[in-house]
Amino acid sequence: MAKLTKGETGEWETVIGMEVHAQVIAKSKLFSGSATTFGAEPNAQVSLVDAAMPGMLPVLNEHVVEQAVRTGLGINAKINLHSVFARKNYFYADLPQGYQISQFEDPIVGTGTIEIDLPDGTIKEIGVTRLHLEQDAGKSLHDQHPTKSYVDLNRSGCALMEIVSEPDIRGPEEATAYLSKLRMILRYLGTCDGNMDEGSMRADVNISVRKPGDELGTRAEIKNVNSVKAVQQCIDYEVRRQIDLIEEGGTVKQETRLWDPAKMETRSMRSKEDAHDYRYFPDPDLLPLEIKHEWVEEIKQTLPELPDQKKHRFMKSYDLSAYDSSVLISERARADFFETAAKGRNAKLTANWVINELLGGLNKENKNIKDSPIKAEQLGGLIELISDNTISGKIAKDVFATMYETGQDAAAIVEEKGLKQVTDTGAIEKIIDEVIAENPDNVAAYQGGKDKLFGFFVGQVMKKSQGKANPAAVNELLKKKLK
Amino acid sequence: MLEIQAEHRKTLNMTIDKETVQKVAGLARIKVTDAEQEKLAPQLSHIIGWIEQLSEVNTDNVEPLANVVDITPPLRKDEVTDGGYPADVLANAPEELEGFFVVPKVIE
Repeated sequence: MAKLTKGETGEWETVIGMEVHAQVIAKSKLFSGSATTFGAEPNAQVSLVDAAMPGMLPVLNEHVVEQAVRTGLGINAKINLHSVFARKNYFYADLPQGYQISQFEDPIVGTGTIEIDLPDGTIKEIGVTRLHLEQDAGKSLHDQHPTKSYVDLNRSGCALMEIVSEPDIRGPEEATAYLSKLRMILRYLGTCDGNMDEGSMRADVNISVRKPGDELGTRAEIKNVNSVKAVQQCIDYEVRRQIDLIEEGGTVKQETRLWDPAKMETRSMRSKEDAHDYRYFPDPDLLPLEIKHEWVEEIKQTLPELPDQKKHRFMKSYDLSAYDSSVLISERARADFFETAAKGRNAKLTANWVINELLGGLNKENKNIKDSPIKAEQLGGLIELISDNTISGKIAKDVFATMYETGQDAAAIVEEKGLKQVTDTGAIEKIIDEVIAENPDNVAAYQGGKDKLFGFFVGQVMKKSQGKANPAAVNELLKKKLK
Repeated sequence: MLEIQAEHRKTLNMTIDKETVQKVAGLARIKVTDAEQEKLAPQLSHIIGWIEQLSEVNTDNVEPLANVVDITPPLRKDEVTDGGYPADVLANAPEELEGFFVVPKVIE
């Protein structure tokens, strides 16, 4: 059930639609052969097409088209074999053409769906209205000079996919779940790197509020929302602003607002009312794009296993919980690591060690699975030693810590430090006898009915064995001896 | 789509008044004086009226024609073949600094 927000006049429902701009992974730009790598010297990756010199003609990048189709297939969307590029006209210093080549009436991808996982374990479908291809603009720096702006056109003409959702999202949790899932899918597909801090994925959030069951309210479009956290924060702020405004007798204006992460507020961009009169028309420089059904089918054959498919497979074939599975599949590298480590070993045990120990440790250091000092095969080696009772779970934690620090194999550490579990009953019995001899009072008390003291004896035996005694054997033998 | 076409027809039927000239000039970032607006409004109305003759043709169920030859657009391989000449790109810039175009401050 969607979360409602309390106001003076009762509860309000939040309605959200998102427009995500995702930079397409490609070596060259949408309509020119200049490079797309991030962080180059200003204007070093600009062709005369990108700089909009007179007489330059745009020529479409085939790979970008393939990437858009691949993404469309990844979100279960309709692929439009016929699509049209249109000019969206507006003036800005970092848009040298005076228009952006985009798609308007006929986008390359039509309606699709994205499944999101909510914190309570339920799954919700969010509709995707469309996905279209368009050019990115250049970059303006406004803070270098009191009266001037500096313009770098390196990003000008890079290919973007704009992915527009239906207003199916009902609150900040769903919005962040949507954005995370979309990013995960794009990364699995290899069509966008999803790096929001480098600007290769950006979100505009359309927010309105209404009383449950009412018609849709007037929406505000929030721009400059550049992290998953900012999505959450800007929705919290904007929902409160709109509810307070309406309850004080005001009305929400349909307008574009800017998220200010420093002040934690949205504010009106005070655009002129004409600013959105984009006067779209089909670009006369570009013929309508026609793609073949067979090509779409070929691309479909190359799709990787997608996050949701992988999650369901993990639940089914490894018998993992929905939560554990979703943690493991959140990155492809994580899932691969787990599968390598679990191969031929106890999968549930492996999942626990990957999630609790390894990811726990990496998260503390803000590291990624790719930076793991323990390789998947090495973790598998540790799992084997636990599974065949060579070491106890407790000792395994110490071995893990050493592996994490030194990158050594588990078996080598166990050998070197003499950590092998003692399963020899004779040796364990000897320790038990010592413990019993040293604690006559406790033995008497235990035999007199203080059952709780059993744990004390186990502890003493384990301590004397330096943690190496097999706990199951200790339990069994102790019970016998203390009778 | 149909809505857009209907909207389009509406435009064709309207005469261009002074306010419209002003609005279009604003969108195109062209300075048009009051006197010029007076002069341009009837002229533009005539042009629209002339084009409007096209709407006499019945185009129901006719797809828009994008090109008269039956070809699909050429596609490019995804290779870096261009760029890398910032000096040329900046050659016509009225002002530049350290590889950037420098323009009057544009921020809202």
